[in-house]
Amino acid sequence: MIDTYVPNGSSFAGDIDHVILVITAITGFWFFLAEAVLFYLIIKYGEQEGVRAKYVAGEDPKEKRWVAWPHYITLLFDIYIIFAAISVWQDVKQTMPQADETVRVIAQQWAWTFVHPGADGKLDTPDDIRVVDELHVVKGKTYHFELQSRDVLHSFSIPIFRLKQDIIPGRTVRGWFKPTLTGGYDIQCTEICGIGHGIMPARIIVETPEDHAAWVLALTPTQAAITPSEQPTQLGGMP
Amino acid sequence: MSSTATDTAHGDGHGHDAHAPSGWDDPHGHGGHGAHDAHGHAEPHWLIKYFWSTDHKIIGMQYLFTGMFMALIGGFAVYVFRMQLAFPGMSVPFYGRVTATDYNALVTTHGSVMIFWVAMPVLIAALGNYLIPLMIGCDDMVFPRLNRLSYQLFLISAIVLIYSFFVDGGAFGGAWTAYPPLSAKAEYNLTPTGAPLWLFAVALEFAAFLLGGINFVTTVMNSRAKGMKMFDVPIVVWMIIIASILFMASVGPLIAGAVMLMFDQTIGTGFFDPNKGGDPVLWQHLFWFFGHPEVYVVLLPAMGIVAEVITTFSRKKLFAYKSVLYTAVGTGGLSFFVWAHHQFIAGIDPRMANIFSVTTLLISIPVAEMVFVYIATLFGGSIRLTTPMLWALAFIAEFLLGGVTGIFLGASGADIYFHDTYFVIAHFHYTFFPIAFIASFAALTYWFPKMFGRYMNDTWGKVHFWISIISFNCIFIPLFLLGARGDHRRIYDYTHFPDLMKSGMQDLRILATLSLVVLLVTQVIFLVNFFYSMVKGKKAEQNPWKANTLEWQCPSPPPHGNFPDGLPTVHRGPYEFSHPDRQEDYWPQNAS
Ligand code: HEM
Ligand SMILES: [Cu+2]
Ligand SMILES: [Cu+2]
Repeated sequence: MIDTYVPNGSSFAGDIDHVILVITAITGFWFFLAEAVLFYLIIKYGEQEGVRAKYVAGEDPKEKRWVAWPHYITLLFDIYIIFAAISVWQDVKQTMPQADETVRVIAQQWAWTFVHPGADGKLDTPDDIRVVDELHVVKGKTYHFELQSRDVLHSFSIPIFRLKQDIIPGRTVRGWFKPTLTGGYDIQCTEICGIGHGIMPARIIVETPEDHAAWVLALTPTQAAITPSEQPTQLGGMP
Repeated sequence: MSSTATDTAHGDGHGHDAHAPSGWDDPHGHGGHGAHDAHGHAEPHWLIKYFWSTDHKIIGMQYLFTGMFMALIGGFAVYVFRMQLAFPGMSVPFYGRVTATDYNALVTTHGSVMIFWVAMPVLIAALGNYLIPLMIGCDDMVFPRLNRLSYQLFLISAIVLIYSFFVDGGAFGGAWTAYPPLSAKAEYNLTPTGAPLWLFAVALEFAAFLLGGINFVTTVMNSRAKGMKMFDVPIVVWMIIIASILFMASVGPLIAGAVMLMFDQTIGTGFFDPNKGGDPVLWQHLFWFFGHPEVYVVLLPAMGIVAEVITTFSRKKLFAYKSVLYTAVGTGGLSFFVWAHHQFIAGIDPRMANIFSVTTLLISIPVAEMVFVYIATLFGGSIRLTTPMLWALAFIAEFLLGGVTGIFLGASGADIYFHDTYFVIAHFHYTFFPIAFIASFAALTYWFPKMFGRYMNDTWGKVHFWISIISFNCIFIPLFLLGARGDHRRIYDYTHFPDLMKSGMQDLRILATLSLVVLLVTQVIFLVNFFYSMVKGKKAEQNPWKANTLEWQCPSPPPHGNFPDGLPTVHRGPYEFSHPDRQEDYWPQNAS
């Protein structure tokens, strides 16, 4: 359902979409049923000359079962949704599968710095590749990420991965993803972080192993930080 | 007013004697009615009558009109920032170009104003003040001067908030949730004065509602008419009381948090500053520990209004009165245990999300119960689709969608995707708009004849209803779709996000904005109808809807002291419509 519009680009995106689909089906059913009953009653019991309303207290269990039964069923559905939601949650947020590589994401007002491990596959070595506003990853590899903030709260969100995690200054927040689709997609900051929050876009570039190797090679011998031509801290559209 | 009759009624001793001496420094205070005689019945100066009054009805009106005025401010803010979203960079008519700074300040103001300065004052303070003494059959609140102070604090808080737009750096722009460190440090939010003023205004506002809440609870406990037992109290009164208790019980931690945040802002403490050993997430817990019960603080009174209106216009007894009451209490209690569903991905221990997911989905049960009960009440009724009834039915129909979409967000796994998207915005507007506006319109159109002794125009009322409802849906259905397609919140310009500019997405934004403009303009119909009818409307009798509750058993509008023929005595519950033993299809609570 979601993937009609937002491609499904990570190993867990499909599971999240599935939970959303299940909830849509269940709540959709209830929603339309309740609306149908509501409209039916409004039309059926419209005021009529000489017809008096019934006197029903609704305290008798015989009457009460009309609301009691829908309840039990709601409870059952709730339990089903809880299990579905929690099982995905545990996969995405509570387990950390073995990583092939780790990237560091540093957020600040109002730009992203992505630290890639470089050719040696390890962070904090001289060949790390630091890029502003562009994250390069390989399709099919499992990544751990380390989120850090230099100032306020930010949130690291990649819609095609169905991934979102707030970034808290003073901590390193960890998580994981495994891309399954090549191409370039939006990275968003989803926590308000000041006047530049609306213009803090970045891109994630998911590449094949070959393309990625070429990209790493091109950047390896250079200096620690790469500054792209467009300075992201400049607020576009501001007077 | 016949003071003899009133005095006799007082003799019944429903707790009124306790505050009898208060009349002496109180030009038109109610005190004991004995005090009135000492004043003679000279009309006080109009300024004193309308601005220094302790009469609960006048204070209710003060809250109502202030709330309506603030709604215009909140409405103007949303107009400006929605225009920017639909037509980025345009010069917005009546405003001009919207900068990123303006955008954030307007979003923040819109959210804070609609919740704290519109929904709270109108639903709780205005209706609570106006209705409680009338509906429980007494002559005024127990603490009339505390009541006056409550409104005055509220008024000051509103003025402080508006003033913050004109200080150096402008109004606060860190969202109504005010998460630190952004809200705590001027170097981050760039509003050195606006941020503390915003916080101060909110804190003052809370103080005002604390005073109001104490008053409501005490009054209902002590001043109910003779014979009015617990289960004879109309649902709307119960709901306001439960809401007041919820508010008073949840606001403490937030006030403590607000004081800490203010110290962080102004004297450099570090409660929420990780560099000084503080923790930014602490604020989120304090905020949402209040913030989630707060949504039920406004929901319950709205539910109460709907109960009054649908019973009256379907001529039916409320289905399972006691169950409604117990579920309201249950919802209120549960609402203290769900707050972290706003923080699933905020960096809390992920195992905590499991617990809060369970509690959040469980709360859908009592909420659904209330909706089911209202639908069941319609069964076998004799339904008259007056304007207030249309609003009340629309409340049920629209709130349902708000309720079911909450399930998506309470399900932790799904919320990873939906959190901080427009899906959340659409969800809570499908709850808040029905609460703050649909239910308020139901209330205002229903009690208007009582408040002003005249009818509003029903045809214009219906025109206003239909255009408002249709345009409301045309705003927020697109926002659900945009949220599902990844639009994140509080973004000033989507053109920077290629994936969010795909086919049709900008069209949906434009549709939402244009519908908003229609919605806002339509409110002129209401305002004209309201103010015109106040002076020129058709005269209304005492009990125009043939309802049972006590406010309809006194003149329209009620005089000072409310019940000129003596305080009523109650013989039965509030919803005895179409009783088989009665000729008429209604049975006032005080009729013998
Ligand atoms: C069945 C009932 C409800 C459920 C299960 C529910 C669930 C939720 C959840 C889980 C969120 C957090 C979403 C997120 O930020 O990712 C949320 C947000 C919100 N809900 Fe509800 N909700 C319900 C009813 C209500 C009601 C009755 C109101 C209003 C009176 C309301 C107002 C809000 C507001 C204002 C927010 C957004 C706050 C913000 O981030 O600015 N909800 N709801
Ligand atoms: Cu941001
Ligand atoms: Cu909540």
